[in-house]
Amino acid sequence: MTTPLTLPPKKDPQKRTTVPVLPPVARSRAALGLGVMAAQGRFGLQACSECAAIQYPPRDACVKCISEDLVWRDVDPAGTVMAETTIRVSPEPYFRERMPWRMGAVQLAVGPTLNCHLHGEVGRGDAVRMALKLDKAGQGVLIALPLKGSEVMQDDPVLRAMSCDPKHRRILISDARAPMALALTRALLSAGAAHVFLGEAEAWLAWPERAEFEGMENVSILPLDVTDVSSVAKLAAEIGGKIDILINTASYVRMGGIMDNDTSFASNSFEVNALGLMRLAQGFGRTMSGRVQDGINSAAAFVNILSVRALSPDANYGAFGASQAAARSISQSLRAEFQGSGMRMMNVYIGPVEGDAWFQPLPPPKVTPNTIARSVVSGLVDGLEEVTCGDIARDVYARWQADALLLEREMTGGGS
Amino acid sequence: MSDVIANVAEALAEGSARIVDLTHTLDPDFPVIILPPEFGQCARFRMEEVSAYDHRGPAWKWHKLTLNEHTGTHFDAPSHWVSGKDVPNGDVDEIDPSVFVGPVVVIDCSAGAAENDDFELTPDVILAWEAEHGEIPADAWVLMRTDWSKRSGAQYLNMAEDGPHSPGPTPDTIRLFLERDIRGFGTETVGTDAGQGSHYVPPYPAHYLLHGAGKFGLQCLCNLDQLPATGALLIAPPLKIKGGTGSPTRVLAMVST
Repeated sequence: MTTPLTLPPKKDPQKRTTVPVLPPVARSRAALGLGVMAAQGRFGLQACSECAAIQYPPRDACVKCISEDLVWRDVDPAGTVMAETTIRVSPEPYFRERMPWRMGAVQLAVGPTLNCHLHGEVGRGDAVRMALKLDKAGQGVLIALPLKGSEVMQDDPVLRAMSCDPKHRRILISDARAPMALALTRALLSAGAAHVFLGEAEAWLAWPERAEFEGMENVSILPLDVTDVSSVAKLAAEIGGKIDILINTASYVRMGGIMDNDTSFASNSFEVNALGLMRLAQGFGRTMSGRVQDGINSAAAFVNILSVRALSPDANYGAFGASQAAARSISQSLRAEFQGSGMRMMNVYIGPVEGDAWFQPLPPPKVTPNTIARSVVSGLVDGLEEVTCGDIARDVYARWQADALLLEREMTGGGS
Repeated sequence: MSDVIANVAEALAEGSARIVDLTHTLDPDFPVIILPPEFGQCARFRMEEVSAYDHRGPAWKWHKLTLNEHTGTHFDAPSHWVSGKDVPNGDVDEIDPSVFVGPVVVIDCSAGAAENDDFELTPDVILAWEAEHGEIPADAWVLMRTDWSKRSGAQYLNMAEDGPHSPGPTPDTIRLFLERDIRGFGTETVGTDAGQGSHYVPPYPAHYLLHGAGKFGLQCLCNLDQLPATGALLIAPPLKIKGGTGSPTRVLAMVST
């Protein structure tokens, strides 16, 4: 039922690139909670703390008992399509360009009936699993997905617009020397990426791992140093117009706290981890934002791989943590700046990486390059904004969400 | 004296003397010395626009630079090395400026360096050079020509798993230079010492012995193949940096044509 996407032909240079238009943006404060869930790939709805009713759409009070004590809770996504309709006319520019559009009503097993988008492989009477996805406006929307879809179900146009699937897309990995760069390259290619470009800083310093990339099909290594504005500008001028997904892997790590650390190491951490991201955004962000609606291989996402220490520092890596917090803040600002274009900003939080010499003395668990690669690809396929990868990142992220101040106390040794 | 200066100016104007630029362009891609990563590193040259005839400054363009004292073609002061830390007037801002201009001799090691990346400048090479050109005069700069400046990319540092491989002087050569009471020593490689210079006794003999004796260093030079063995005048004034241990420098030579 889903028509597989094929690699698009080369662009007609006489045709104007379609300008991105967005689905409706406005939401109530309560409804923004759908986006919070969707950003993390969770399916959750408002639940009443007093009477346990689960409700949709989100409101400021419980429809059953009028309690204002509502919490967002992960719920079972199983449901049945009760009705469907096809919309053929809309005043919204986004939908006008995509008519006809199928919508349905799904009865959730846990109670509420949801008005939702329908995947092309589901129809009236089907058992479905509901998902919350971010649409191009960055808002959480509901889509009914098949319980067991076809192999190409990701190619469904409605779902594809809610995802940043690497299939047929061209990807730039900012630092080829990063420990996860090779695994990431392989994972992206097997996910159907059309081409993977990798940035190489300081080609005057030989690195034996380079040989692994040489001879790989649809892989190019090009000069790029995120600490050098002229290098970023040059590569952006050359290939910025054909980058659909940018993955920032550049990272600078040194051990050391605040009082005894060297500010020159700290300065390098900020140059790479924070300002490097900013330079990449300045070089590539504007062009990518303009190409969000550029056909099958349209620009889709900017990915930043962050240490979970961005959320709460490990004092043994004080300056590094500070630079990661700064990088996360830049990511968030960038996410806000991308809002009007439909570009997604995805943060992938990781813990210490297996094989990274700068984390060598730390005990396990560490996250492997392959795990990071899998998380990045699945995060893109699912269209997420916040991804945690590995046990440490998942644990710290969850504790930070629950109580950031308690996490700080746990990190400083008060917990046991 | 004014006649001498007038004569030099006239020689340059009429072309019987010319200026050779011994300086590499400061470029973000130019290699710097690499130390074990747990040590502090030499900052790469970086240049960011402050304004470029735009909203940040409508009628002017200028840049902010970031670099180490020892980035690109540069001058080493005695205070650069631990052996020279107590040398009087050992920082760049304290050095008598008269030493920034002076005679220079060039020892051509290009044939040896072409055959052997770890070519050693030994006392025998110096003595053979002196047999041809006379003894190295006191207070002269000595430059080691290797044509290494013609290398680019990874070939310049020539890094292997056991460290960089590039030519340089042996400890005994530096001792001989000190006997001759030279002013300073310069190379085309990234440092005044050989790539494997850390394995000599003392380690990094050019840095250790020369700076300990209050002598100067120049590195990352180029165009040494345009200089005569003797008779040129070297002009190498470092920036006047307070407490500076070195400085990127526009190194020039004046040669008779």
